Amino acid sequence: MKLYCLSGHPTLPCNVLKFKSTTIMLDCGLDMTSTLNFLPLPLVQSPRLSKLPGLVLKDGSTFLDKELKECSGHVFVDSVPEFCLPETELLDLSTVDVILISNYHCMMALPYITEYTGFTGTVYATEPTVQIGRLLMEELVNSIERVPKAQSASTWKNKEVQRLLPAPLKDAVEVSMWRKCYTMPEVNAALSKIQLVGYSQKIELFGAVQVTPLSSGYALGSSNWIIQSHYEKVSYVSGSSLLTTHPQPMDQASLKNSDVLILTGLTQIPTANPDGMVGEFCSNLAMTVRNGGNVLVPCYPSGVIYDLLECLYQYIDSAGLSNVPFYFISPVANSSLEFSQIFAEWLCHNKQTKVYLPEPPFPHAELIQTNKLKHYPSIHGDFSNDFKQPCVIFTGHPSLRFGDVVHFMELWGKSSLNTVIFTEPDFSYLDALAPYQPLAMKCVYCPIDTRLNFIQVSKLLKEVQPLHVVCPEQYTQPPPSQSHRTDLMIDCQPPPMSYRRAEVLTLPYKRRYEKIEIMPELADSLVPLEIKPGISLATVSAMLHTKDNKHVLQLPPKPPQPPTSKKRKRVSDDVPECKPLKPLLSGSIPVDQFVQTLEKHGFSDVKVEDTAKGHIVLLQEAETLIQIEEDSTHIICDNDEPLRVKLRDLVLKFLQKF
Amino acid sequence: MSPRGRRVMSRACALLLPRVCAALADPRQSGPDDTCLEKLLDWFRELREAEPSVKLLRDNPCLTKFFSSVLALPEPEPSILSFTLRLAGIVAAAEDSFVHLQRLELLTRLFGEDGPLNRAAWEDASVRSGWVEGVHSMVQHQSALNFICSAGGIDVIFVLQGDPSLFVASAARWLLVHLLTLSVGSKLTVPLDAKDCEWPACAHMIIKHIEDSLQSNSASQVKQSVKLLTSLFGSCQAPWTKVLWLGIEKQVESFLTEDSVQAQHVLVDLLLNMARSPVFYEDSFWALVTSALERFTPVQSGALAAGILRFYLCPQVVKIKALTVLLQPMECILRAASLDYSGLLDESVSDPSAVESLLSSKSSCASFLCQILGHLKELLSVERVLLPVNLPCASLLCSVLTILLFCNGFLIPASPLGSKISQILVDCFRVQKSALDVLAALSDCKCTDTTVRSLFDVLLAYLESPNSTPTVLKKSFKATSNWLKNFSSISFLKNKQQTEKILQDVFLVLQKRLCSPCWEVRDSALEFLTSLITSLADLDEFRQFLLSSEMPKLTENLLEDPESYVRASAVTAMGHLVYINYVFIPESRVAGSQYSKEKTVAKLQEILSTDPEVFPRRAVMSIFTMWLKQSCTGQLEETEQFVSMVVQTAARDLDWEVKLGCLELVQIFCTYMFCQLGLPECFYAPDSSAVTSSIHQNKPLQMFCRTNLFSFLFQSLCDCDKPVGQKACDILRTLRSEFWQSSTTDSQGTGDLPAGHGIHWLQRTLRQGSLVQNFPTDDGSGVDFQDPESMMLALRTIDLVELHNDLNKGSDYVEKSPQSLLEDILATVGTVEENEADCY
Repeated sequence: MKLYCLSGHPTLPCNVLKFKSTTIMLDCGLDMTSTLNFLPLPLVQSPRLSKLPGLVLKDGSTFLDKELKECSGHVFVDSVPEFCLPETELLDLSTVDVILISNYHCMMALPYITEYTGFTGTVYATEPTVQIGRLLMEELVNSIERVPKAQSASTWKNKEVQRLLPAPLKDAVEVSMWRKCYTMPEVNAALSKIQLVGYSQKIELFGAVQVTPLSSGYALGSSNWIIQSHYEKVSYVSGSSLLTTHPQPMDQASLKNSDVLILTGLTQIPTANPDGMVGEFCSNLAMTVRNGGNVLVPCYPSGVIYDLLECLYQYIDSAGLSNVPFYFISPVANSSLEFSQIFAEWLCHNKQTKVYLPEPPFPHAELIQTNKLKHYPSIHGDFSNDFKQPCVIFTGHPSLRFGDVVHFMELWGKSSLNTVIFTEPDFSYLDALAPYQPLAMKCVYCPIDTRLNFIQVSKLLKEVQPLHVVCPEQYTQPPPSQSHRTDLMIDCQPPPMSYRRAEVLTLPYKRRYEKIEIMPELADSLVPLEIKPGISLATVSAMLHTKDNKHVLQLPPKPPQPPTSKKRKRVSDDVPECKPLKPLLSGSIPVDQFVQTLEKHGFSDVKVEDTAKGHIVLLQEAETLIQIEEDSTHIICDNDEPLRVKLRDLVLKFLQKF
Repeated sequence: MSPRGRRVMSRACALLLPRVCAALADPRQSGPDDTCLEKLLDWFRELREAEPSVKLLRDNPCLTKFFSSVLALPEPEPSILSFTLRLAGIVAAAEDSFVHLQRLELLTRLFGEDGPLNRAAWEDASVRSGWVEGVHSMVQHQSALNFICSAGGIDVIFVLQGDPSLFVASAARWLLVHLLTLSVGSKLTVPLDAKDCEWPACAHMIIKHIEDSLQSNSASQVKQSVKLLTSLFGSCQAPWTKVLWLGIEKQVESFLTEDSVQAQHVLVDLLLNMARSPVFYEDSFWALVTSALERFTPVQSGALAAGILRFYLCPQVVKIKALTVLLQPMECILRAASLDYSGLLDESVSDPSAVESLLSSKSSCASFLCQILGHLKELLSVERVLLPVNLPCASLLCSVLTILLFCNGFLIPASPLGSKISQILVDCFRVQKSALDVLAALSDCKCTDTTVRSLFDVLLAYLESPNSTPTVLKKSFKATSNWLKNFSSISFLKNKQQTEKILQDVFLVLQKRLCSPCWEVRDSALEFLTSLITSLADLDEFRQFLLSSEMPKLTENLLEDPESYVRASAVTAMGHLVYINYVFIPESRVAGSQYSKEKTVAKLQEILSTDPEVFPRRAVMSIFTMWLKQSCTGQLEETEQFVSMVVQTAARDLDWEVKLGCLELVQIFCTYMFCQLGLPECFYAPDSSAVTSSIHQNKPLQMFCRTNLFSFLFQSLCDCDKPVGQKACDILRTLRSEFWQSSTTDSQGTGDLPAGHGIHWLQRTLRQGSLVQNFPTDDGSGVDFQDPESMMLALRTIDLVELHNDLNKGSDYVEKSPQSLLEDILATVGTVEENEADCY
């Protein structure tokens, strides 16, 4: 059982599990933090960005000044943003049989895998995962494609050149793996390979293993996966939550008794309690608006935004914000808000019951109805007519490098009345803000990450008790910025096995059993013999038939009939010949009784010696040794076959035959 | 009926009692509820106290018949059997009654071996409890004592100490204490040595039992005896207790070292009760306490130390040891954080490793720290002058701050113990709350500028942290407020820049918390703001910050908060804001200025008249009262208008507290008016014409009439909530005594009011308590509450003293009579026959 680790990002995993005869890819997350090294893509010409000076290296050379720009002491690549792909060289990805997707954030690299590697298998995911994943991809492609950038930068990636660059570009890893964004046709092609599954649905893979998605409680349709054969069980936990938010609660019970539990996608901000952060978000939002400022919330078009809108729904009246407009701007805003209302079966119990009233499960429907929340595909068109300040805007992308958010950062950045509130935990907010410096706007960091924290993990592991835990190396030590917080790491026995990018782990579990079916006719012919109370044995002579990873014992072919004629045997009749079997023996030989028996049969000079493994019975006169051990008995006598046979029969009297 | 009169059984009750007894003894009846039986027992107790003789039994033969009937039942109801035992005990407390019952052989059948002891009913805890209580009531004389000791009852009581029902066990313990003290009495001459002591027989049995139990290897028996001693020493401080103690001292001392008995927690209570008794004030006792402090586990010794430190007479050496026990965990915390811990402890009392191991264990660390912090908080809340020792406050403060830093994960410990503690305490709300309590209690301690700076850093971190729970935030606010109150005494804060920096930070975080989506947080933030305003109003920097900040605007917004508690707190904060504005910024008194009183009065008046919840309305009333008290309601005329308006609104309110608040306001207004306008000059006017003319010159009276106070006061007299009526009555009596100090005018003009609803009507209506319904309003035919003459007449005519007495009576004074109780019981149990007929 091997695990190939293709991603180093603990919450955007991409691993390949080789289990029995199958090759299963677990998630294909796309690390987008690489985009932070690029300049933002403004929707309208930004004089500030276009006037940024080119990079002059320490030796005065200016050959990179077209590719790299300086802004407030940071260097950025002036080109279309690129993403860091999972490893593609560690194993031949065309051999991957299936890809299991846990949640919509962990499928963003799917087109790179399915469309570039010769992949011919199937992808399994739940319906909300696919639909919302499609929205995220669509928004990503749209945001980048609508701001075409003629220039492409590659010189800086040259290893010799990269060495000369200032941090963080100098330290950027795997730059050769960075790729431009995929296109919509590629997205559609990738999504067409997905087969939809439901929670607890059992999917057979080539008869060898069975995979089952379980609710993970993190997002709409998010799943953990059980991969099991008849005797082994591997659990894959990725992006799970025990908090009561909108999705169906996490199914913990089904994870019990796993031989190996692969644990990824824990909270990225273990010190931030989501409830506290929501409070912080609301307080800062209200403070800003009351002081006449605008609030910008860079976010993904799905996920936490539903919970935030629900909180605001309850809060805005009490905070006196009823007249403040809330705008949600995304090419997929409308679809996202509407999709969330139709996936009732994937929602938590409270929201499911609303559907039967009937009421929309999420209260943002009412916000839209009462015109408190308005949504637009982009800042162009209707939005520019309706736009009123002070207001609150939810828009993407949280990296602040592309999407409509870039426009508002440029527009509102100069006033200290305005506030940008970061709620998505995927990007360092300081790095995200770097190309906008100097910035007068207030910045508030309220990362809301509902995924498991270390206390919850510790309880979960105690509950489900896996034999072995495998996790990214980041979870086996405290975060680098808080090295004293030993509570912020996985603490379990035996200690977890850790992995890092481009590593291949041999999982510490050996397969010992295989299930074989016995045909009824064969089973009928067996005669079990009870050798100990409760234990019966029977010898089986059969033919092992293996097809599609299923093993069946069938009746052995009948012994060949003596040739009745001289007719030549046909090739097809050439079945293996069965030799008659010798009976098997069981039991133990009580030495004292055996000696007495020997004496009864006329052996008078019997001597017994104890050895480490048993006894040696010595018949001095006959110059014969009987060596009795736990699992074997040897009679050593020189060329006296009658004596040997006599002694053999005496030994056999003490043993059972079957 | 006077309380004294109730003690003698009335004829009506005497007639009812036989029927009640018969009904209670009837197994076919479903007995009355326990409350009725308890009330019946209370009544018999009163009767016995009034007539402590056999007369009660002789006059009411139904009682003995009742005892016999119940005893004759094959399976009496446990509640009835229990009642019987308790009643018999009460009756037998009089010695001649006891003799009478014994002659009838009832006592042996009730409390002896022939009684419920050996019957199935004994399995019921209420029967055992009734038996113990009955014996306790009965044993008030030597005859009863002898009866119990000779009939084997004492052994039963010994067994009952370990009863599975804690009530029975505790009652048995207190019974033994009672038997012992009664047995020894005051006759015993105290010998010098325990061995020479000749205890009376019963006392001897109990003492022997205590000694034997203490020497037994049974932990439960040891604990029972220690608890018995604890109860005894806690309730009896006679010299003989010392003799008893001398006999067992060594044995008890041995428990300090023996782990097998595990009696440490009961020993803590024993030692603390002994410390309260002056008979034990000797070196040997304090040596025992010291030894316990050294040998107990840190948890037990902490509890003992906290108790000991409250005894002023405790020797100084012991106090220091006790204090050291409490400070040891704090020192351990400082050591774990690798901080300088000098000044906290000179030496350890017990093994420091025991404290370390408790602190480094996940299961014990938080609860142990909470316990120690709880003790320290209690100690700090005691007046410092009463505390026997000086607390090292500065070092204590450092250790508490260290705990708080551990709890929010800000401290990077250098020692392995530190990292272990840090791992356990991170985000531990329990410890955070306890530590913040101690921090608040330490606010009057003197400390260095550096410590104060780190103190405010820690407090601000807690106030700012999104992870702080509402309770932690509330406690952080409390601690911050306590420390800021001492601005003047903290040299660090005398620096203007530092003060401004701290205020700026506090205001910033307060502003954010006022916008919190969690109502508890908004509420605590407003309370904090109010507390700051009340304590720091004199500080120029503070006022400038406050009035130029967003705070007034935010507070005003919160007057419309959806949560009523928040609205109430906002009302209070707003009221104080307006007050300091009014007092310190005279120009704000001009109508139309930004935070003018008029605007706020109008807003608060609106809340008082329209808010559907009571808390905001009550808060408005307190603020109005506070304003009036502090004389910030403007000139005389303005105040009159203000009170008139408030009274008019509050009179319609359905909440009794709002009305009570308004009556308080009226009371203050009256005093204020008398001060402003002076008392009427012609109190002693001899004739009616003089009275009439004086009335017209009586300015306060006229003002009270104009503001419609009398209408409100007389209406309140008949309010369905008694406190409102009582308060109104008090005010009217004060007014009456202010206006009519002479009795010479008593005969003046009763009943000469013009229309149909005269004073007689008012009097009658007040008696009937139906004024509110029948109150004449605008038809002109009723009492004119705005007419000074009528009101003077009313004040004089109505017997306010009698009214006051009536109002002071319990509302159930009719229903509480014994006759009513007996009738109730009969009504409850006497329905069986009818039901039977129905069933048939």
